[in-house]
Amino acid sequence: MKKPSKTKVLPVLRRFWQYLARRRMVIAAAFVVMIASNLLALVVPLLSGAAIDAIGTKAGSVNFPAVFYNCTLMLVCYGASAVLSYLLSLILIRLSQTIAGCLRQDIFENLMQLPVSYFDTHPVGDIISCICYDVDTIGTSLSTDLIQISSSVVTVLGSLVMLLILSPALSVVVLVSVPVTTFVSRWQMKRMHPLFRRRSKKLGELGSLIEESISAGRAVSTYSCEDAMLRRFKNKNNEAMDAFYLADAKSVLLGPMVNFINNISLAFGSVMGAILCLSRRLTLGAVSSFILYSRKFSSPIREAANIVSEIQGAAAAAERVFRLIDAQPELPDRENALSLPAVEGHIGLEDISFSYTKEKEILRGITLDVPKGSIVAIVGPTGAGKTTIVNLLMRFYDVQSGKITVDGTDIRDMVRRDLRMSYAMVLQDSWLFSGTVYENIAYGNENATREQVIAAAKAAKIHKHILSLPQGYDTPLEDGGENFSKGQRQLLTIARAMLIDANMLILDEATSNVDSNTELEINEAMQCLMKDKTCFVIAHRLSTIENADLILVMDQGRLAEQGTHHELLQNGDIYYKLYCSQFKIYK
Amino acid sequence: MGAIGAYIKPYRMRIALGLIIKFLGTLMDLIIPWLLAYIVDTLMPTRNVPLILKAGGLMAFCSVIAFTFNVKANRMAAATTRDITKKLRYDLFEHILFLPADKRDSFSASSLISRLSTDTYNVHQLVERSQRVGIRAPLLMLGGMLFTFQLEPHLATVLLLLVPLLSLVIWHITRKGIPLYANVTEKIDDLVRVVRESSIGIRVIKALSKTDWEVSRFEKVNQQVRQAETSAGLMISLIAPAMTFLLNTGFMLVILLGAFRINAGQTQPGKIMAFLSYFTIILNAVLSIRKIFILWSTGGASAQRINKVMGTPVGMPLCEPDHVDNGLHISCESISFSYNKALNDLENISFALKRGETLGIIGPTGGGKTTLISLCMRFYDVDDGRIRIDGEDLRSIPLHQLRLRFGAVFQNDVLLADTIYENISFLRDIPRKDVEKAARTAQIADFIESLPQGYDTRLDIRGSNLSGGQKQRLLIARALAANPEILVLDDAQSALDYRTDAALRKAIGQEYANTTMVIVSQRISAIWGADHILLLEEGRLVDSGTHQELVERCNDYRKIVRVQMGGATL
Repeated sequence: MKKPSKTKVLPVLRRFWQYLARRRMVIAAAFVVMIASNLLALVVPLLSGAAIDAIGTKAGSVNFPAVFYNCTLMLVCYGASAVLSYLLSLILIRLSQTIAGCLRQDIFENLMQLPVSYFDTHPVGDIISCICYDVDTIGTSLSTDLIQISSSVVTVLGSLVMLLILSPALSVVVLVSVPVTTFVSRWQMKRMHPLFRRRSKKLGELGSLIEESISAGRAVSTYSCEDAMLRRFKNKNNEAMDAFYLADAKSVLLGPMVNFINNISLAFGSVMGAILCLSRRLTLGAVSSFILYSRKFSSPIREAANIVSEIQGAAAAAERVFRLIDAQPELPDRENALSLPAVEGHIGLEDISFSYTKEKEILRGITLDVPKGSIVAIVGPTGAGKTTIVNLLMRFYDVQSGKITVDGTDIRDMVRRDLRMSYAMVLQDSWLFSGTVYENIAYGNENATREQVIAAAKAAKIHKHILSLPQGYDTPLEDGGENFSKGQRQLLTIARAMLIDANMLILDEATSNVDSNTELEINEAMQCLMKDKTCFVIAHRLSTIENADLILVMDQGRLAEQGTHHELLQNGDIYYKLYCSQFKIYK
Repeated sequence: MGAIGAYIKPYRMRIALGLIIKFLGTLMDLIIPWLLAYIVDTLMPTRNVPLILKAGGLMAFCSVIAFTFNVKANRMAAATTRDITKKLRYDLFEHILFLPADKRDSFSASSLISRLSTDTYNVHQLVERSQRVGIRAPLLMLGGMLFTFQLEPHLATVLLLLVPLLSLVIWHITRKGIPLYANVTEKIDDLVRVVRESSIGIRVIKALSKTDWEVSRFEKVNQQVRQAETSAGLMISLIAPAMTFLLNTGFMLVILLGAFRINAGQTQPGKIMAFLSYFTIILNAVLSIRKIFILWSTGGASAQRINKVMGTPVGMPLCEPDHVDNGLHISCESISFSYNKALNDLENISFALKRGETLGIIGPTGGGKTTLISLCMRFYDVDDGRIRIDGEDLRSIPLHQLRLRFGAVFQNDVLLADTIYENISFLRDIPRKDVEKAARTAQIADFIESLPQGYDTRLDIRGSNLSGGQKQRLLIARALAANPEILVLDDAQSALDYRTDAALRKAIGQEYANTTMVIVSQRISAIWGADHILLLEEGRLVDSGTHQELVERCNDYRKIVRVQMGGATL
């Protein structure tokens, strides 16, 4: 299960570099500013050393002009350094926000290209956790860690040069600490990687549970099973926090460890410095500068060590982010896929079979010819595969054998976008989003004028209700239209379909939650919507499909009967029974 | 911070202990430069090499102590914070579960989701980092100052003067930062909303080839998040350079002042050097906590958002018992209700239902049918009138007991990505045989048993591997599973074919004969056998009675019957 972490971190970093590489100039600017700011900071101990040397060791022998001169220079350096460091933050925050934004955008763009089946098996909460938590972890790490690491490297290198100039002998002591620190950090990183991965994963799982339980909130209060839900939550929450702690507990070791290495080298350094000074090989000012530089040295190394754990967290997060960005999108259109902007609407099904899972076949051996402009109704008990036909017609899924043709072309040879654009549809779950009512109706046709939108709403008999809303058509829908009843949502999606200019139409239980008076009132509009279109209608209220040119009766994945309303009634079989059942009284 | 403080309080002893350990560890970090100064100033002039070596050894020993204690303290901090966050998140979740429906609506699902995840995470970061770095830094600062005072009180006054100035800068900038970060979290709510909606609506989006449009919708909120984060970040980033500059200026002043004092023979150069050494420690301490300021602002903003939820009262008030012996199971006495407290969504509705009877509610969409049953289950409180169950005012029955009497299917109910058994039992640990009985009654048992893993089959997210009708029947089975006194179905059979629907109603009538039913439906066939039928239009009761009565006297009702039945039964 656990692969060596080394093989995992590097590709992620390389991948990440691609994002950075696109902003090479910005990064270069950041580096220039950073180096300038650090060099300034490095000059300061020299100046302060000079000032202290100018003070001398005895009372009354202070060289005041030199002290003043050096102090003024120090102040100038400090000022410049502060300005530069703010400039650096400015560049970095913009950079990290741009990259975080890009990552989010890339995730979402790929998300929209993923096949429908992806969403059936991956919890939204996990996706949200990836877009929010994981990207944020990367962004934070980027804005602070990247530069701090680089800045540390520069400070360490700079200090090293200064140390070498001051006293090569002393430098040896400090020099030892660098490879030791590097080694210790690498060793720690290796141990921590799986822990951080687990942490991101567990947080994603918690996110899924949160999303699901908030979505099911009404049911939870209905059945008063808050306690059981809480127990579930507690488990996931504990798992997530324990994973979090484990990663934390390991990573807190690094900072003190590096600090320790530095303290030890400082101890050696000062003892040696003292001895060297005694043997008159060093001035007191040099010892002072030396100590200042070793301090300068240790602090960034410790900082860097602390950051290592954050970079680990970011790498684990980046792994999840890239997994989502790289998730396999819908199969691309075939190479020479046909672009058919204007579809006539002649549909053919040739011996198609399909199953979602291997265990259970949903459709088998269905053959059908639907001439342009005809109305096909699909009826049958629930679970007979009616909605699956819709999924196949629109290529949410591909048939496993046989083929579906539109105007004689296999739909797998068509540009997917063209195929889908040639349908207007009202699906079982009427989906709305948190835009305004107007935006929701015009969703399928961006070019629709306000008049057309209002006309569609009027035809769908939802106009009056819309006007009663506080801001009319510009009223925003709360959280995907939860302030609308299911019937009203269906009417809105019907209005939406009316604005779509397409030659084929799918109505999957389009009016199941609409009351029959309203249904009657919109009947004319529905007829108009269906006019001259090849229509597939799924409905349980059989009165709505009596006029279909062809009625298909599905039973357990097979085409059990087909014919017109009258033919089927005369057959006296499944359709007849279904038809009669709606008039029976059961108590 | 407010309520968050209450979560930290139980751990104050552990935190204090951790801080003491941290303090001791940090003390070592301070002693090491002091030893250094001792070597340079006191031991070097004596030329006592063995003593210098001993002092060096002591420095090494202190390093070991510093290491051990710091690790221990950091681990303790991580553990304490883990426990605090566990509890905080758990309580927040619990609080959200018990929020009354109207409050939950007003927070919106996306916002509650991000409060439970992003905001608790921010608070976690704040609490943990404050213990690890936030304490170390002030300790180093204070300790460093104490040492400098002991070394050279005159020079140390320079530092003392800097403290209020520094505090002022930090206070001012973080105060501005918190609302900026609050803005960030709000924008993140929007981001969560778009991701959630687009994932749920993926079929429609793809069918309409609107993926590009969704991407640009996302781009807009993404842009806003970016801008909000940038402006908040820019504000907070002012702190570090400002502080560094102030401290560095102090450093320079110390040298300057030191020059005068040495010149006057009031102090020794060794002291100045040690002084500067401490100063560097202080400076580094300040630099190392610049992240803390971001955490203060993000954590502070998040804490406010969590507090806002926690501050919202949960549950519904329990009223004085008010009982009448009317022999009715559910009675509704001229109730009125309005969501926005302006226009009435329901006006003057009454009905009376004996145990075991069935109430059918029919009427145009938006007529108030769902609202009426939501009131009967007390998701909202009536503005006027009274609802009684067994003669008892609804508002005087503890919510938990009240809800246990019901089994209900609402229009937006969802299935969990869990086993079929768990979806029917719905966390209530209902015995297998009751679950199976409910599934049989709901006409879904045959389907379930045809699956290779039967009741242990796992459903996809939101049950998306099921047809609409299968989903509805599972939800109905869920409602029946606990043998409820009252069964409420809110248009829960719309995706069922008539035959299945009829079989379902027949089975309920036989298997759950004593159950009082409230059925909201658009289908006349689903309600015409009911003992009472209400016809609701625009929140008003048009008429009520049995099917026969309504057919005889109510025009609107007759119209519905004619449309759906083609006059077959008139």
